[in-house]
Amino acid sequence: MNDAQPLLTVDDLRVSFATEEGTVQAVDGVSFELAPGEVLAVVGESGSGKSVTAMTLMGLTRSPNARFEGQAHYKGTELIGASEAELRRVRGAEIAMIFQDPMTSLNPVVRIGDQIVEQIQEHEGVPDQQARERVVELLERVGIPRARERVDNYPFEFSGGMRQRVMIALALSCNPSVLIADEPTTALDVTIQAQILQGMRDLREETGAAIILVTHDLGVVADIADRIAVMYAGRIVEQGTLDEIFYDPQHPYTWGLLGSITRVDKPRPERLPAIAGLPPSLADRPEGCHFRPRCPHEFAQCTNVPPLEARVEGQPGHLDRCWLSAEEKRTKREVRPGEIGLAAKERTPA
Amino acid sequence: MGRFVVRRLIQMLLVMFAVSVLTFLIFNVIPNGDPEVRMAGRQANESTIAAIREEWGFDENLVVQYVTTMKKVFTGDLQSYYTQLPVGEEILKGLPRTISLAVGAALLWMFVAICLGLYSAVKAGRFADRFLTIIALVGISMPVFWVGALMSYYLGFKLGWFPNGGYVELTEDPIDWAYHLILPWTALAILFIGFYSRVLRSNVLDTINEDYVRTARAKGLGERQILIRHVLRNSMIPIVTLWGLDFGAVVGGGAILTETVFDLQGVGQYAADAVGQLDVPPVLATTIFLAFFVTLMNAVVDILYAYLDPRIRLQ
Repeated sequence: MNDAQPLLTVDDLRVSFATEEGTVQAVDGVSFELAPGEVLAVVGESGSGKSVTAMTLMGLTRSPNARFEGQAHYKGTELIGASEAELRRVRGAEIAMIFQDPMTSLNPVVRIGDQIVEQIQEHEGVPDQQARERVVELLERVGIPRARERVDNYPFEFSGGMRQRVMIALALSCNPSVLIADEPTTALDVTIQAQILQGMRDLREETGAAIILVTHDLGVVADIADRIAVMYAGRIVEQGTLDEIFYDPQHPYTWGLLGSITRVDKPRPERLPAIAGLPPSLADRPEGCHFRPRCPHEFAQCTNVPPLEARVEGQPGHLDRCWLSAEEKRTKREVRPGEIGLAAKERTPA
Repeated sequence: MGRFVVRRLIQMLLVMFAVSVLTFLIFNVIPNGDPEVRMAGRQANESTIAAIREEWGFDENLVVQYVTTMKKVFTGDLQSYYTQLPVGEEILKGLPRTISLAVGAALLWMFVAICLGLYSAVKAGRFADRFLTIIALVGISMPVFWVGALMSYYLGFKLGWFPNGGYVELTEDPIDWAYHLILPWTALAILFIGFYSRVLRSNVLDTINEDYVRTARAKGLGERQILIRHVLRNSMIPIVTLWGLDFGAVVGGGAILTETVFDLQGVGQYAADAVGQLDVPPVLATTIFLAFFVTLMNAVVDILYAYLDPRIRLQ
């Protein structure tokens, strides 16, 4: 799947915001590639920089307080330094976005059909009636019943799951090559989540759009992703295929994430394991490996920043940022036989 | 939507009834002494007072008094015992002037306030915004009678650029009509412009951070379309409420000072003159007229509101 020419190449992206507490380095040297039709999941805790990365690609984080470095190439357009006019041509038409909260992401006083027509007409000179027909088709395709009547409804007349379908229809309306979904199921009920994910999977089959799925939910990832990038405190700490990340994870943070999933195929633990401690403040991050203060396997070398590189033999696309040797990782990540997790951190004497 | 309008209009009628009862009580029942003496005015003789008592039914019970009073107010039967002029006709005479003043000023202040408020919000925190903030504060702080008098003195009397007071019928000469009204419109609008542009600015700043504005940006829309269609429409909702109420109050004679300063002879000035003469019947009638107009505009605003925000229609 990765043989094709990448559609989107992000190279050493850095985003920082000037705030009252000082400079917040939200994204710190993120690089990845996205192949046509691929689903890349970007996983991490709140505040790990995954949403900022996604929104920066569309220029939605631009503000007088934000600073950007690095590049992102999409089909010959450099997105990070692009002018607003250039970006406008890409937004919605080439790269479309689905947001986290469908309850607030649609304008409450505009009919949903008009909100989609607006985007179509912005990018293509389609007459009203034709654009409207296309919206009805789109709404049918994302599974909205009686789409022809519903097209004139207002957002408040839809449930959360239906609104997210509307958002998906909106995102797909100009046949984008890349779909960025920022926690698309987080605000929804579990049953609705499954439907929305199924819908996204179908659409990927039909349209061949590549998807960047930003989420903190590894369950969602296992369902749909081809490749995974795990982010922690603004950096990608591990990146690889779905199988590589789930069955041979290299970074202790990934072990912690995998260890904290509830599993139906294992006896239920008394307490769901959690990673001890809190993510660092992005305004004041620890030197070296950012995960060091929470990591039970910390050693002297960890005060140097580990580069993101392939460290596992036979897995050239599997990159991580951990100084431990592959051998050590294999033994340390098994908290119980056959079970991956992060051991409790020993308290260092003060 | 139709049902909403009907329901709202019925509510309006109920409020109007309540307002008329309250006004009746305030004028005729609550003050000490005989209502007929107050009604008759300052230089009335005994026989006039007796006639009024008979005519208004002041020796009968309150229900009869209320009905008689309302009948007089609404059939145009009411007359001032001081000037001997029929009140209804006087109000009708002043109404075109007052409406001319109100409509022009309301359009002017709304338009200018939207432009300034939007501009201020877009430039929030920068020099242009701070400058407009100061201007708005100055505008809010200047009383109409002072601004009006200054404008009328310098622009009207000294420089002679504008006519010094007076009024020309719209049907007679539309250009002259507007020419005579420019100063009053501006004087009345200044206060509202300051106030409305501030309110709009803060609404726009709230709305601009909404998720759906981000969605609009992610669609690739231009800044202008985002501002007008997605930000402004949502920010306008509270402003429209204010606008309706203020407009209603101005038409109902609330622009007493402006009308008096520019000698427009509208309903407000009529009310002001009547108060000065302790002439009760015109004051009673203009009070009810004002209250009714405010109530009517309130209903109109709610209906407009439902148009702007579809969520209201269902409630």
